[in-house]
Amino acid sequence: MDTFWFCVIALLWLGYLFLEGFDFGVGMLLPVLGRDETERRVLINTIGPVWDGNEVWLLVAGGATFAAFPGWYASLFSSVYLPLVLFLLALIGRGVAFEYRGKVDSVRWRRVWDAVIVTGSWVAALGVGLLLTTNVFGLPLDAAGDRVGSPFASITLESLLGALAIAGYALVHGAVFLSLKTEGEVRERARALALRIAPFALAPLVVLLLLVQLRFGSVWTYAASIGVALAAFGAFARLALRREGQAFALMGVAVACAVVALFGALYPNVLPSTLDPAFTLTIENAASSPYTLTVMTWVAAFGTPAVLAYQGWTYWVFRKRIGTRHIPSVHVP
Amino acid sequence: MVVDVLDLARWQFGITTVYHFLMVPLTIGLSLLVAGMQTAWVRTGDRKYLAMTKFWGKLLLINFAMGVVTGIVQEFQFGMTWSAYSRFVGDVFGAPLAMEGLVAFFVESTFLGLWIFGWDRLPRKAHLACVWAFSLASIASAYFILAANSWMQHPVGVELVDGRPRLNSIWAVLTNNTVLAAFPHTIFGAFAVAAAFLVGIAAWQLWRGNADEPVWRSSVKLGTWVGVVAFTGLAITGDLQGKLMFEQQPMKMAAAEALCHTESPASFSVFAVGDVSRPDCEDVKSITVPALLSFLAHNDFSTEVKGIDDLVPMYQEKYGTNYPVDERLGELSGKPIDYVPVLPVTYWGFRLMIGFGAISAGVGLLVLWLTRGGRTPRGRWFRWLALGSIATPFLGNSFGWIFTEMGRQPFVVVPNPTGVDGVWMFTARAVSNSTPGEVLTSLVALTLVYGVLAGVEVFLIRRYVRGGVAGVLPGSDPGGPGSGDGPGSGGEPGTGDRAGSGDRAGSGDGVGSGDGAGPGAKAGSGDEADDVLSFAY
Repeated sequence: MDTFWFCVIALLWLGYLFLEGFDFGVGMLLPVLGRDETERRVLINTIGPVWDGNEVWLLVAGGATFAAFPGWYASLFSSVYLPLVLFLLALIGRGVAFEYRGKVDSVRWRRVWDAVIVTGSWVAALGVGLLLTTNVFGLPLDAAGDRVGSPFASITLESLLGALAIAGYALVHGAVFLSLKTEGEVRERARALALRIAPFALAPLVVLLLLVQLRFGSVWTYAASIGVALAAFGAFARLALRREGQAFALMGVAVACAVVALFGALYPNVLPSTLDPAFTLTIENAASSPYTLTVMTWVAAFGTPAVLAYQGWTYWVFRKRIGTRHIPSVHVP
Repeated sequence: MVVDVLDLARWQFGITTVYHFLMVPLTIGLSLLVAGMQTAWVRTGDRKYLAMTKFWGKLLLINFAMGVVTGIVQEFQFGMTWSAYSRFVGDVFGAPLAMEGLVAFFVESTFLGLWIFGWDRLPRKAHLACVWAFSLASIASAYFILAANSWMQHPVGVELVDGRPRLNSIWAVLTNNTVLAAFPHTIFGAFAVAAAFLVGIAAWQLWRGNADEPVWRSSVKLGTWVGVVAFTGLAITGDLQGKLMFEQQPMKMAAAEALCHTESPASFSVFAVGDVSRPDCEDVKSITVPALLSFLAHNDFSTEVKGIDDLVPMYQEKYGTNYPVDERLGELSGKPIDYVPVLPVTYWGFRLMIGFGAISAGVGLLVLWLTRGGRTPRGRWFRWLALGSIATPFLGNSFGWIFTEMGRQPFVVVPNPTGVDGVWMFTARAVSNSTPGEVLTSLVALTLVYGVLAGVEVFLIRRYVRGGVAGVLPGSDPGGPGSGDGPGSGGEPGTGDRAGSGDRAGSGDGVGSGDGAGPGAKAGSGDEADDVLSFAY
């Protein structure tokens, strides 16, 4: 049951990285791919109906960790405190910015919110990467599960590499998503950009996985890491042939393999202590009681298929590509 | 001066939570009212209801965004600043939080997106279902989070294993009598907020003589009646909650009354002059209603109500006189435990909650009476009355929560008098082992950002309120489509007629554009998409 919930949490993180990954990317690329106001509105409208739903995957990952592994939830979030605050502020900023930027017809107003979207998306993408990588590599935790030492203990070379890895992934994923969801010039530009930056932007992820492999790896994390490389390469090849849908799906496979590799390297720990292996939080010592996990399993068993169904339906409803011709003139009071 | 983590963490939790809860009740109450308006439009085809849906819906969206983003902080800060608490209660407390996410937040966010962007892409009824889905989900989320909070007020459904509560009945947690009382109370509170919002803004629109008068008159009516029902509900459920609290947390209720000595029968203090904080509570001159407190506590005018002086020894006997010696408790280590909440806060918080709630309902009725039969008061006082009344239920809600959360101190998990022994926790023990610098940084950063965002939200709401229906419904501008068909277009009867029946009646030249833009759901041609996106971004 502990293992099952470990997998559920990995799955929630996968959902989060796959879905919010592209909306981070869209935000990060806003000034690059959106050359004028209409184009920027095209970009934002590709994620308009869905970004909020994507973000809930993070909330549920947090909530599920609290319910299933309270020790993990408590130690991780209290130890990575300041980076997490910055990450939350970034999420707050970009969320508000998406909703408010179009509410006043003024160049200055939009410019401010655009800046918030771009900064917020970058900071948040880097933040997720830092958080996840720190979690895999561990923190200086004492016997009580509290961090010993500096508030910046989570900032290490590895975690910074992890931050770049996820941000780089989001960048490419966002560009592929845009090439799939837009039409005309924006689509072409997004596709060209994805092809151009992919080798550099995905490099940190490859290095990170290599590092994880050397430090914690087993046979199947090795397989998963290979999977990341193959899927990313496949995505690149399909995109080059203008098969944007397949490229996007392969980017999903790549992130799925990356999550398997990272969480596989972590298992059966949930949060290693770098001070003493005896202080490491494991799926056993951090887990809730079997009764609580059983209750949560029933909730997840009914809830998750429903979520997948109606979120999938949303993407179906908004499946059409968006172009500049769909963008109306501004009508605000 | 030594600033300790506990105080900083409590301020942070208080500020972020009170702020978040300014948005939440408005979202809950208004989304259901908007769902009702849209239902009325779909059923009758009356353009007035479409105008209401769009106008109030837009304000709902502006508010919703802020509620969503501030809610993210809530989900994480238990682990961030209250990690000892999270470890202690995780087996119980995490479950309702996770359920809230899985069952409610996903539905809320997904169907909100569908509603905003789906005006022309979904069949009209499916689109209507979306607004119902997210408004009902927002109510469900209230239920789960209140179940979690109620467990802190009254822990049930657990056994004590290795010094920590372990869940043994989720059913008991979800049907805790505390949540069964707190949930309707909170929901009625949410409707009181939405009602005052409707009444205040719509009355102001009438006062300034805005177009679309029927829209505003209907809004005033709807708001007032919802407000009256909500206030009645608040009184009834508040009374139920109070009676439970006298059993479950006698100290909180004694503190609500600043009742120093046990009285039998006990009188209810309406108003006090002077400082209610101990030990001066002997000197307080209080206007009281004899025996009322006994009735509120036990439905009987003669029973005894325990005072603070008698409760303290009972608490000391059960839960100790001093905090344990533990360096993690900082300055409190080994110190005597103060079982009395901050009396001025609980005493005045309780009264302000009730007072603002009553004012809100009263003003609603007053406005309804003043605007009866098509009247509109023209004095400036009416404007201030209308706009000022919007704030009252927000204040009532905030004071109510401040009272109930401050009233349970020094506990974060209050001991259940009839529950399992040992399932309780002092707030001082709940906090994370963080450095003061960390928490101070986040406290300052979050407060600043929230402050700026509050300004932005108020600015936007003002702007969209001023814009009226024309601001959210392209083609319904005064002087636009309507001026052609209304008899006496300048005067008020004309505007009234237009908004009421313009949708169907106007097949003539001027009305065409207005008609097409509004009920876009039925046509769905290329042009319609434009209006949809303009409703969204």
